[in-house]
Amino acid sequence: MQSDAQTAPKSTIDPAEVAKFEAMAADWWDPDGKFKPLHMLNPCRLDYITRQIAAEYDRDLSADRPFDGLRILDIGCGGGLLCEPMARLGATVVGADAAERNIPVARIHAEQSGLEIDYRHTTAEAMAADGEQFDVVLNMEVVEHVADPLSYLTACHDLLKPRGLHVCSTINRNPKSFAMAIVGAEYVMRWLPKGTHDWRKFITPDELFDLMRKAGLDPVDRKGFVFNPVSWQWRLSDRDLSVNYVTASIRPE
Amino acid sequence: MDHDSDILIVGGGLNGPATALALALSGLRVTVIDALPAETRGDDGFDGRGYALALASVRLLRRIGVWDRVAAHSQPMLEIKVTDGRAGEAPSPFFLHFDHAEIEEGPMGHMVEDRYLRRALTEAMAESDLITVLGGETVVAQAVDDTGARVTLASGRTLTGALLIGCDGRRSGTAERAGIKRTGWDYGQTALVCAIDHEKPHGGVAHQYFMPPGPLAILPLPGNRSSIVWTESKDRAAQIQALDDVSYLQVLRPRFGDFLGEISLAGKRFTYPLSLTVANDFIAARLALVGDAAHGMHPIAGQGLNAGLRDIGALAQVLSEARARGEDIGALTVLRRYQEWRRFDTASLALATDMSNKLFSSDNPLLRAARDIGMGAINAMPRLRRTFIREAAGLTGDLPDLMR
Repeated sequence: MQSDAQTAPKSTIDPAEVAKFEAMAADWWDPDGKFKPLHMLNPCRLDYITRQIAAEYDRDLSADRPFDGLRILDIGCGGGLLCEPMARLGATVVGADAAERNIPVARIHAEQSGLEIDYRHTTAEAMAADGEQFDVVLNMEVVEHVADPLSYLTACHDLLKPRGLHVCSTINRNPKSFAMAIVGAEYVMRWLPKGTHDWRKFITPDELFDLMRKAGLDPVDRKGFVFNPVSWQWRLSDRDLSVNYVTASIRPE
Repeated sequence: MDHDSDILIVGGGLNGPATALALALSGLRVTVIDALPAETRGDDGFDGRGYALALASVRLLRRIGVWDRVAAHSQPMLEIKVTDGRAGEAPSPFFLHFDHAEIEEGPMGHMVEDRYLRRALTEAMAESDLITVLGGETVVAQAVDDTGARVTLASGRTLTGALLIGCDGRRSGTAERAGIKRTGWDYGQTALVCAIDHEKPHGGVAHQYFMPPGPLAILPLPGNRSSIVWTESKDRAAQIQALDDVSYLQVLRPRFGDFLGEISLAGKRFTYPLSLTVANDFIAARLALVGDAAHGMHPIAGQGLNAGLRDIGALAQVLSEARARGEDIGALTVLRRYQEWRRFDTASLALATDMSNKLFSSDNPLLRAARDIGMGAINAMPRLRRTFIREAAGLTGDLPDLMR
């Protein structure tokens, strides 16, 4: 962790959290491996992200490279499960991860896929301090892992161009989410290694909206990610935000 | 990433072109590799082959720009009569009668001759900027890597795509080259297929007689013409096929009855050995199988092409959604959605077709009485009957968007 502290300045990432993901990094692209739950959730996440971007920037998703000209940042990019689709849709993509070991994994895979993606071992705070700006910031399943959510969301705000879109997903905090995300996912299904999540860091949608407003963002939408154990698939829900959920917010001009 | 096309399709029969058209709808660039040269495909003579297209199949063909080209040459199937019969005897009094008036969606299906369907598919492909057809080319080798599939043609040319689709029939070389094994069995039966001209109008009624040697289907074509699919034991079929036309008709006539008046042959006679062959996997790395390449079925209810079109609807939807999300369309995570969607449906249909053939091919008097009572019971229960009509129209199950 010593090297991370040196190369990733002024981070709000909890060092213990980063270590957990470093241990898992090599398995990113195996759909049946440790990240199977993320591969299962990915189509649903992508549906939300692509539709929000298409609506905000008036793009036609059936066209070739509909995100041409858009600069997109994915924070906590991992192995590139979101960066690669965004690049394939034509966007200029920067993938940032505080876990150093994820970066070469993601780079190698992008190269194999014939995609150009700028992967960086850095943090949202460091990029914001450098004055980087994007049309879209993807902030998926990260906020529940940071030490100081408000300071982190403020950095996300600063990383957006005016009218830029911020997509943020996390896990609700209630008895059901404890049962599903901790007991269910980590202990019963063994989808995630034990200790992946700390339930006390989960955030309710109202708390997240409050934090985003304090960070200067305008929340515009929220939806649930709901797992159907019969079809074994995730889907988007307008009403059920009881466990996993996703939000869209805009940086005002 | 810079492939010759997004998709390479092997097979230029019916499923290959239909797949190409469905995928081009969502903006994918497709190359179709057809072993037959274009001139052969363009041959316009009536050869006696026809297809019973379920309503759901008609909807898909309409969406891919094919139906409007064949509609004028199609015959709607307004009723289906299912009868338990024995050659030379009056049909059993218990029979099933399905009338399209009982469901609101319209006719249960349409009969279309092979020549019109083939031509319509060819014309529609020619009008698409996204589709390239390579006629008279066969694949001699294929390979996949992390980014795509590569095929080598007999001419020495190589082509690459993100995904390879095998539409090359029940002996699919594409599946074989990928090491996909098949499960199947032979029924020891052969389907005799021909078209006949008849004196009296058919009134849009399709007939299915269940006879001890196997089923006989009479399917209405435009005008006073019908397509006949007639199943016999392998040896008997070989004897019948060897007869001259006059003797052939003499064998057919008593099975046929006289309700359509005088009959004569209209076109060639075909035979198809009946066997069931299902690929153990419908997908592999950067590969998907469609139609008979995935599941060669007993053509007892004209379900072969209809099942293929369902594959196409499902695959086109899975790939179109994946493309809009920015996913790699050849990734196993994407292809698995197609396999999961289609495999259950296919297995149950193959099993049901197999079972009904065994049940209805028997001359055991007990079995015969049981199935007659069963058919009479289904006929007496309107709700159950409507379920069967919807099933025949292809309107049950998890329908792809292109069939809704």
